[in-house]
Amino acid sequence: MLEIVTFSLLNGIVYGLLLFMVSSGLTLIFSLMGVLNFAHASMFMLGAYFSYQIGKWIGFWPALVIAPLLVALIGAAVERYGLRHVHRQGHVAEILFTFGLAYLIVEFVIMVWGRHPIENRVPAVIDFPAFFLFGTSYPAYKVLMMAISVGMFAFLYLAFRRTRLGLIIRAALTHPEMVGALGHDVPRIFVQVFAIGSALAGLAGVIGGFALLTEPNMAAALGPIVFVVVVVGGLGSITGAFIASMLIGIVQTFAVALDYSLLDLFRVWHITLGRDSAFYEVAAVKIAQTAPLIPYLLLVVMLIVRPRGLLGRREA
Amino acid sequence: MRQDTVAKAEAEPASRTLMRWLQLRKSWLATVIVLIVLPHIPGLDGNFGRSLLSQMGIAAVFALSYNLLLGQTGLLSFGHAVYFGLGGYAGIHLMHMINAGLPIPMPLVPLAGAAAGLFFGMLFGAVTTRRAGVVFALISLGVGELVFAAMRILQGFSGGEEGITANRGAGPHPFGLTFGSQLQVYYVIVFWSVLAAVLMAAFLRTPVGRMCNAVRDNPERAAFIGYDPVRVRLIVFSVAAMFAGLAGGLHAFNYEIVAAEAVGAGRSGAVLLMAYIGGVHSFLGAVLGAVTITWLQVSLSDYTTAWQLYLGLFFIAMVLFAPGGLAGVLLMHRPIVKTRAFAGVLQSYAIALVPALVAAIGAIMLLEMNYRRATQPDAGAQMRLFWVDLDTSTIWPWLGASLLLAGGAFFFHRCRPLVAAAWQRASDEARAGSGTPREATP
Amino acid sequence: MSERDNRRCALQLESLHKRFGATPIIRGVSLDVFAGERHAIIGPNGAGKSTLFNLVSGLLPTTAGSIRLDNEPINGLPPFEIYRRGLARSFQVTNIFPRLSVYENIRCSVLWALGHRYSFLGDVSKLADANERTDQVLERIGMTQRRDVRAGVLTYAEQRALEIGITIAGNAHVILLDEPTAGMSRAEAARAVALIRSVSAGRTLVMVEHDMGVVFDLADRISVLVYGEIIATDVPARIRENPAVQAAYLGSVHA
Repeated sequence: MLEIVTFSLLNGIVYGLLLFMVSSGLTLIFSLMGVLNFAHASMFMLGAYFSYQIGKWIGFWPALVIAPLLVALIGAAVERYGLRHVHRQGHVAEILFTFGLAYLIVEFVIMVWGRHPIENRVPAVIDFPAFFLFGTSYPAYKVLMMAISVGMFAFLYLAFRRTRLGLIIRAALTHPEMVGALGHDVPRIFVQVFAIGSALAGLAGVIGGFALLTEPNMAAALGPIVFVVVVVGGLGSITGAFIASMLIGIVQTFAVALDYSLLDLFRVWHITLGRDSAFYEVAAVKIAQTAPLIPYLLLVVMLIVRPRGLLGRREA
Repeated sequence: MRQDTVAKAEAEPASRTLMRWLQLRKSWLATVIVLIVLPHIPGLDGNFGRSLLSQMGIAAVFALSYNLLLGQTGLLSFGHAVYFGLGGYAGIHLMHMINAGLPIPMPLVPLAGAAAGLFFGMLFGAVTTRRAGVVFALISLGVGELVFAAMRILQGFSGGEEGITANRGAGPHPFGLTFGSQLQVYYVIVFWSVLAAVLMAAFLRTPVGRMCNAVRDNPERAAFIGYDPVRVRLIVFSVAAMFAGLAGGLHAFNYEIVAAEAVGAGRSGAVLLMAYIGGVHSFLGAVLGAVTITWLQVSLSDYTTAWQLYLGLFFIAMVLFAPGGLAGVLLMHRPIVKTRAFAGVLQSYAIALVPALVAAIGAIMLLEMNYRRATQPDAGAQMRLFWVDLDTSTIWPWLGASLLLAGGAFFFHRCRPLVAAAWQRASDEARAGSGTPREATP
Repeated sequence: MSERDNRRCALQLESLHKRFGATPIIRGVSLDVFAGERHAIIGPNGAGKSTLFNLVSGLLPTTAGSIRLDNEPINGLPPFEIYRRGLARSFQVTNIFPRLSVYENIRCSVLWALGHRYSFLGDVSKLADANERTDQVLERIGMTQRRDVRAGVLTYAEQRALEIGITIAGNAHVILLDEPTAGMSRAEAARAVALIRSVSAGRTLVMVEHDMGVVFDLADRISVLVYGEIIATDVPARIRENPAVQAAYLGSVHA
């Protein structure tokens, strides 16, 4: 029992940290620009594919640096040449643009690397057991993942609070027009923020590509959950995104391990439900089956009860 | 809309009234006549053509219901397929019951879809319409994912990924109609589609329908003239869900199968695409979008495996350059259609079309060659594009395509002042003719 | 005030407080507006005049204090409920329906007042009472010629006139106008003043204004709001001579 709990907790933490890595950039972009960037998970995907390719040509450690930089450039270009022209049409048009962009990025990936998952294997240099727990090994790359995401959190937290750019961004979170009126080059800040946010997603992709399957569908699989994290955590709050990621990561991982259903509960109370009862099917659903639902349930409840999110300073 | 003169209590012969009524609605009548004749036109009179028309009809109802939400009330929903799919499930289950002996004629099945759509629209709408804008969009996304997951889990109700089937022909046969032929199915769909369109148009003219537009433009001000924006949104949400459910019922009727994808994100995305590409703001746009996207989805996939890529490019181009959609582009020409200079505008389009086509061919060649290489590596280097055999392992096709793209783009750019000048002449003429001050230029 | 016993109060504010976080904006405002009077609120920028309007019309919740409309408390009610009870307001930043025509703007504004609630029935263009009332309002604000123009492309002065039109189109008997002549030339402002005078006949008008000419022309009484407090409420002549008012405005209160 303890073994299950410990491993579930560890895996939940790792999954939560992965979610945080991907969503930290989106928190930045969404909070500052109000753009629901549907293409954010696509940047994550690009990071995974780029690091695979660069890893094949050069090596893992260069890929860790170059891939996010490439993604940052792409993000900057997207904002500068595409999204900038859509801002004045309103948030709906922005969302739709990123929607179409996500679509295009998937097709681009298919065009270059094909439809099937690619052999994005953990590079030998980090493919060793970091430690042993209950007789099972815990891989080093997962430890690296934890280190990187904690590092991201620290970087973002300090950058927000200690640098001038961070100060401007924090001001723009609640008073974007005023910041522009004060003479800051808001369009350039937007480009910088979009680039940084995308780079973070790309960096997450480098590592995440090993943890998850690297395939064209990975963006669509992770995308909605990342939104949930950002919204539940709250606008403008890195800490909120962190808490929300950990919450979702741990709860979902634990749920998957729970193979119980309402029927089992009824059995404990000595109630039997006939197979042809209309309610039977619902009661037979195991908690593990509902695990994918948990983030969305959380999203809907949070938006209804507290649209600001856990630690948000402004409503979406 | 022009205010109707208050009718005096004059006795008017019935025939005069009928003629006047018909005159006012001549565009509707023309549409109905065209729709009735369409499946008999050579080219569309085969099973494939009629099936395509049926699909377009269903998509049109779905897209119109989405227009009520987005275009008329400003509510961006990423989960509208929920009501379509749940309506579809209601329809297919009713068909099941009819197969088992329930004496209801099949053409009434879409009503079950509408009822289910209305029910779930009111149910989910009650909690989701309290906010608008981005919050609403995200909630709709969440609800959509929840319902989709629920459908995958509750296999007994939904049949999961494989879905539930029924038999359209196994029911009462009024007037000897079996509804086995695609032609009969098409006419049933036309009936419901036209009815739905008429009802939705009428809804928009009611007081609450007008307030939808007001709430879209300025929800704060709408409150300050006495209307609760949340209540208005809930009403239009329920109505839109009802018509989406109707479309779902038509879907069940047409395909005799409904599966979990009917409530899925793909279908929600598709209707969003249709509404936006066609033109968010108008009925015409919704119908145009539905027809175009359905045609592209069905036909384009026959020509190329990269059709999703083209769709995506098309969509992005629309968002960037033509936010009013296809309808917006068409309506943009309305002020200049009657001018003599209009012919000049058309001429400039024709001239600019040549380099545009050349560039497009180059781009398509590059994309297709790339796509083939990545997704079908075993198919070899030989391929046939635009009726020409190419060897993609040599540099020539790549070079040629790049030249076409670059050259075409360059000359297209040179044509732009031509088109602009022609437009300027036409709009000057239009403005001089009507005497109205300059309001909006393309 | 002995006057209070004799005249009915349309709008009463009592010890109104509003804080944003730790910052107090409205600090104990008490005001009685008599039925049928034209009451102007003036004060330096940042005094809290728009905030006061937002509190009264229900856009912002109060931190403390009460607001009464015809002796009924309206504190905490949503804006649409307050409107239904007879209080309408205009906005400093023009707040119209840009994609609807001028005609549609006004027609939507009369629907509730005429009893057409969330009605599903009836083509709005066939509602004789709505169309009649709309024509009347358009006539009053002088926009009959521009009735089919999309509100978003009107000139600034036309939009301000439409703004007023939307506000008075219903049955509201207490009207709040937030800087109605802001940004207007002298001629436009004079026209606006005539309009305001005519539409406020028989209604109670509360007006925030910076243009002293307009204020002294229209107002029966003036209240001066400085740093969230009312420092004086009186007839125009006595306000002009009030030393506290002069000090607050640094002697710039001219006729």
